[in-house]
Amino acid sequence: MLLRRMRLPLIILISSYAISILGFVTIPGQDDMGNPWKMDFFHAFYFVSFMGSTIGFGEIPYPFTDAQRLWTTFALYSTVISWLYAIGTLLSIMQSSAFKQVVNQARFNHSVNRITEPFYIICGYGDAGFLVLNAMIKQGIHAVVIDNRQASIDNLEVTDFSLDIPALCADASDTDALVAAGLKKDNCKGVLALTDQDEVNLMVAIVTKLIAPDIFVVCRAESEDGEANMASFGTDYIINPYISFADRFSIAIESPNLFLLMEWLTDDRYRASDIGLAPPKGRWIICGYGRFGKYFEKYLSDIGCETTIIEAEPGKTNAPENIIVGRGTETVTLREAGIGQAAGIIAGTDNDPNNLSIIMTAQELNSDLFCVIRQNRSSNKRVFHSAKCHWVMQPGRIVARKVLSRINMPLLFDFLNLARHENDEWAKSLVDKIAAILGENLPHCWSVILDKSDSPAFTALCSQYPITLDIILKDSSQHTRKLRCVPMLLKRKDELILLPDENTKLQPEDAVLFCGHEPSEFKMIEVLNDIYLLSFLLSGKDQPRGSLLRRLKGLPPIPENR
Amino acid sequence: MSFEKVAFAFIIVMALTLNFGFFLGDIDVLAHHNVYELFAAIVISLIATVMKFGDRSQIGSYLLATSLVADVQLITAALVWAIIVYGLNQPMTPEHMSSIVSLSGGALLANITSVVLLVIEASRVRR
Repeated sequence: MLLRRMRLPLIILISSYAISILGFVTIPGQDDMGNPWKMDFFHAFYFVSFMGSTIGFGEIPYPFTDAQRLWTTFALYSTVISWLYAIGTLLSIMQSSAFKQVVNQARFNHSVNRITEPFYIICGYGDAGFLVLNAMIKQGIHAVVIDNRQASIDNLEVTDFSLDIPALCADASDTDALVAAGLKKDNCKGVLALTDQDEVNLMVAIVTKLIAPDIFVVCRAESEDGEANMASFGTDYIINPYISFADRFSIAIESPNLFLLMEWLTDDRYRASDIGLAPPKGRWIICGYGRFGKYFEKYLSDIGCETTIIEAEPGKTNAPENIIVGRGTETVTLREAGIGQAAGIIAGTDNDPNNLSIIMTAQELNSDLFCVIRQNRSSNKRVFHSAKCHWVMQPGRIVARKVLSRINMPLLFDFLNLARHENDEWAKSLVDKIAAILGENLPHCWSVILDKSDSPAFTALCSQYPITLDIILKDSSQHTRKLRCVPMLLKRKDELILLPDENTKLQPEDAVLFCGHEPSEFKMIEVLNDIYLLSFLLSGKDQPRGSLLRRLKGLPPIPENR
Repeated sequence: MSFEKVAFAFIIVMALTLNFGFFLGDIDVLAHHNVYELFAAIVISLIATVMKFGDRSQIGSYLLATSLVADVQLITAALVWAIIVYGLNQPMTPEHMSSIVSLSGGALLANITSVVLLVIEASRVRR
């Protein structure tokens, strides 16, 4: 485009130069002695070059005759004007939005190509996208962002991240945009469709599965239709923030210990002593019977909690007959719903001021209420914080949390899925066990993979010695003591073993999830990497390291540690 | 008939003919190779290059490439001329002239390729 539009100005520039030079070569002049002299091409080109660019060194090599001066006047104007025309056209092209877009696209492609580490494509830079990106950058994971709002992209570009994050303003459901973002690249690990529109997320998932079937796709879905559709062609992980929240809430009511365990493992904020966040059993008032309210009603009735629904527009939301009509912001409606005897209230409309008003009115009527509020816009954070609700539901935050736990530690994700089906006593004994180990420290989860690259010492020794789980649970600095952690899950090929026994014999390629005190992770990794430390733990004493002494003592040689 | 097509073909063929005119003659005879003809060949070759800008088709890129080759060859020939006469202050000898003419001979080949491509392009269009 640039070249096509520069055609005419350049042709005019070349022509005016050619005519001027030709003129100077043909017009007769005089040298300093008054002899007839003709300019040659070299001098003519030199003269026209500095004249046309208005530098003007004067009349060289000899003062001009009047005929030459006449021609200079003509050549001066024509070359200067052609220069101005050419430069003016160039500037106007460079300032046009179409050109800027081309430049941005090129810059984006370049920075995507420069990423050599594994990276994720994030579609949608809203609340969820922002939180996910921040967490990924903290861990040094690369990402590429696509969003269709220029404001979001500008916002991202002014934020000071420690990694270079290529961002493109484009519709994420556009195949070209996804391919430009590196969908076909080998180091693209996954696509995270986090926009708040189901159709866009759906399209992203379809495009990804068609173009790069092996790439991991996470989708955010807000309706059951969209969810079913995404699941139908193999989207790897679908997150519905409303269901996630309602599910977590019902776990918290039904099995507080299981809830605590899950919170603990996914969120570092909770300490072992924090138990008391769980919402009470009893009758709940749900304001707003939209998607959020419907899921809540379903999950609460599943665990046997009574619900009273308040909805302003029952016709529009297909509400059942026995609901209370009203917004829930008025005292009358709340009284009608029996606010005095309710265990808690859920303000779940899609309007933030209404939700706040519901909670404030309800708290005046019954100060013991457990309050749950839905926050639709993240910019309202301060107000929601000062409303003193027990639980705040932010769709973006929930999505981000789910995505991160899935990306960071697939084993933890598997563990949570299995734990979801266990009962409260099981969770209580596990929580007590971890709490006893941790004391006041924060719980920390990590996983080890017993393969050649992550655990060379294990791979080298596992064929000679039977290595059980309790060996690697030993503290290498004091081998009679144990590390402060609990094995949570063992993954062997496709088999998952919840809370594996300490006498379990480990096999190559096993993966184990641990939860415990953070320094224990480093000790464990050290053992798995150091063949001498591991053999010390296996035998309980320091063995000779030299091959001669080992042979004399009849010990097997230490295998090459590669 | 469109003026643009006429101008395009005119300039490309003109670049070839001028180039050929300069090249024609005994390679080391100074009188056979006119400096004005070299100048005209360079100017027309540059214009031909600019006219080929922005053509995204396959053949368009080959056309541009041949023109760029011709430009490089002809400008090098002119530079050799200028360096010998003004840079080194030596008189033009048959040896020097033959190297300039052989450079322009290279440009001639590029220009012939360019015209051949033009003919191919023209014969492909059936309207």
